[in-house]
Amino acid sequence: MQQLMTIEKNEPIADQVYRLVLDGDTSDITMPGQFVNISLPGFFLRRPISVCDWSNGKLVLIYKVVGKGTEYMSTLKAGTQLDILSGLGNGFDMSKAGSAPLLVGGGVGTPPMYGLAKRLVLAGKPVNVILGFASEKDAFYLDEFDALNDLYDFGCEGFEGKGSGSSDTQGQNGHPHNGYPQVRVFTATVDGSLGKKGFVTDCLGEIAECTHYFACGPIPMLKALKSAMGEKISGELSLEERMGCGFGACVGCSVMTKEGTRKVCSDGPVFAADVLLV
Amino acid sequence: MPDITTRLGDWVLDNPVIPASGTFGFGQEFAKLYDINVLGSFSFKGTTQEARFGNPTPRIAECSAGMINSVGLANPGIEAVIGEELPKLRRIFHKPVIANISGFSIDEYKYCCEKIDKEDGIGIIEVNISCPNVHAGGMAFGTSPEAAAEVTRAVKSVTHKPVYMKLSPNVTSITDIAKACEEAGADGISLINTLLGMRIDIKRKKPVVANKMGGFSGPAIFPVAVRMVYQVYEAVKIPIIGMGGVASAEDVIEMMMAGASAVQIGAANLTDPCICPKIIGELPALCEKMGIEKITDIIGCAHS
Repeated sequence: MQQLMTIEKNEPIADQVYRLVLDGDTSDITMPGQFVNISLPGFFLRRPISVCDWSNGKLVLIYKVVGKGTEYMSTLKAGTQLDILSGLGNGFDMSKAGSAPLLVGGGVGTPPMYGLAKRLVLAGKPVNVILGFASEKDAFYLDEFDALNDLYDFGCEGFEGKGSGSSDTQGQNGHPHNGYPQVRVFTATVDGSLGKKGFVTDCLGEIAECTHYFACGPIPMLKALKSAMGEKISGELSLEERMGCGFGACVGCSVMTKEGTRKVCSDGPVFAADVLLV
Repeated sequence: MPDITTRLGDWVLDNPVIPASGTFGFGQEFAKLYDINVLGSFSFKGTTQEARFGNPTPRIAECSAGMINSVGLANPGIEAVIGEELPKLRRIFHKPVIANISGFSIDEYKYCCEKIDKEDGIGIIEVNISCPNVHAGGMAFGTSPEAAAEVTRAVKSVTHKPVYMKLSPNVTSITDIAKACEEAGADGISLINTLLGMRIDIKRKKPVVANKMGGFSGPAIFPVAVRMVYQVYEAVKIPIIGMGGVASAEDVIEMMMAGASAVQIGAANLTDPCICPKIIGELPALCEKMGIEKITDIIGCAHS
């Protein structure tokens, strides 16, 4: 669980949003939706960051600068070693996806949806993705999600999801895709600067079929989504809470559910939507 | 090889290192990371009569060299602790454990201690008196010598196990409280609990934790803890378990020199989950380097 990882890249990809690529042992990460907890020199508590993608000893994290800790993190250079607790929490249960899963990410709730989408595509599932951002300047990873179409066509696991697909397989929204599973991405921004003006739930009309939904984002988004999907469609929601330890010891991040008290860090962060009170 | 065994009354511990209540759950999370039998013992999550969710979230705030928690004694309740947690614990931990008991009334303390008294494998009952007394306007038991003594007497009347009173540092005179507990029959003193603290999010213009205030712990409070252990050592004859911001083998030595017979590690477990085995591993070499043959020789040695 505890290990040193080395920064390979740490670069901005949107307004105040950075992508951190780390080299190290990723064997503790077993499912999309898990997180890591990073120790930063000079800061007492670790910073929990959701896993965006991982493979072959490389870990991709996407984080937003929201305070002094993440601001410091954004200044870290390639070659820096970080003390990381890896493979924390329970992620998304891909076995529940069914034939037409829907993935919904809001803001920095988007990164874990990428790792999940990639693995669903590799498992042969068509994936609908709805991403919500405040504005165009906050949006990221749209091209990476789209490139997952090429990933399937070539049947190889391109680490950063960037295959070299030929022009006829560039999967644009709703584009027929030679009968292969495809990734269709719909985007909403609050100010309408990109995609549909509004919230992720305003894109639900575009989704013809949904067997199960997976979501990560702010609580109001999760609430609105759960309510819009109703009780007939099952789903999983990833929660966020201020954590002390990240591995179940301090019970700082508890949440009350229909099944009693649960720890967001070690019982979650992903929970079945129907057991949550949101 | 220096001898790092220590004693709390008649109980001999392999080493003085004990994870503190509330930072170690019931041991299960840490047992996945290392063999927790290397510990001297550990103090389990503060337990009350009924199950408690605790305070609303967020209930964690970061500080310079520390943290604030307003977890609010979240725990499964004494019945579930005895029925579920202790049987699970016995499968992974083969030493006596410290049972940390909390209450919001004298009756609740008595109820919990009477229950835990019947259990095997409990080395010490550690009674947290930092909780507010719901029958006395919410004033914490541990802030008055009379109330602290009353809890001590009540608990001692229902158990034959050693009772250590865990003191709150949020008082004017820690020695008055410690002496009152000793006179009321306490077998030992644990100190310090967290310091009452607060952070405000300057962007939101609101307290960081939902409960507004919480317990401040971590390396920042270590000097306060050393001072209080030092003072209490001069005031009482019963053994002391020292805690508060301990994060290294050197800190353990310092706390013992102030007067602690054993030392608890709290917040450090949360940021460095293997800190306890690390410290236990370093203690013999540190003692050797310092010319300490028996670690118990240094207990209270800072007092002239």
